Amino acid sequence: MATETFPGCFESLAGIRKFVFKSAMDAGFDEKEIYAVELAVDEACSNIIEHSYGGEGKGEIECTCNDLSDGIEIIIRDDGQPFDPNSIAPPNFSVELEELQPRGAGLFIISNMMDDVDFEFTKEKGNILRMVKRKKT
Amino acid sequence: MEINTTQYKRCDVVKTVGRIDSYTAPDLEEVLSSLTKDGKYKIVLDMEEVDFMSSKGWWVLIETQKACKRYNRGELVLAGVQERIRDSLNLVGMGSYFQIFDDLVSAVANF
Repeated sequence: MATETFPGCFESLAGIRKFVFKSAMDAGFDEKEIYAVELAVDEACSNIIEHSYGGEGKGEIECTCNDLSDGIEIIIRDDGQPFDPNSIAPPNFSVELEELQPRGAGLFIISNMMDDVDFEFTKEKGNILRMVKRKKT
Repeated sequence: MEINTTQYKRCDVVKTVGRIDSYTAPDLEEVLSSLTKDGKYKIVLDMEEVDFMSSKGWWVLIETQKACKRYNRGELVLAGVQERIRDSLNLVGMGSYFQIFDDLVSAVANF
């Protein structure tokens, strides 16, 4: 298990990706799978900064990587505003270009890149996002 | 992330190097929007040396594409997109809004 805490600002994203890249590589994922993990984590942390904290420099992001027998578990924790994941409509990419609205893609990407995605919102421990990526069998 | 712009006879080429995320996407947005504000709507984004791109970057490209394609005055096309980035683009569903060329030469020749 490895845990690291990062300042909640966009400049931290490169360091956060580097942290999960190493854990995913050590877990034996291939290049495409590692990219999927990096992308999911980047989207999650960008959302935390932008929406949960409502801007940069307002809190921290704690990232934990756990090795599983069949993959990797990543837990991302923050102390920002909770939200209802079910209230976020997935983006509609079948509309005309002019009608595209830049919202909702982050969650959609996360759920497409990872095998399990669970949110938990608590008063004691804050907001917890648990994601699992499993190796191909 | 590095961004360089080169003016060609029939289009402008924007070459980006590095990773495009929420931290760096505003820099790309500034370069692309300055082109469209100058009336340059035929743009090639050379992504051969881009090795990461989050949705923040894709939205910058979508907004640029809207400006370019309005009134059929031009288009933003992509060149040299790495396979893993192209896969994520298509998986999400944004791929259909862009022409993607294997290399810069064929992308420039499109105009």
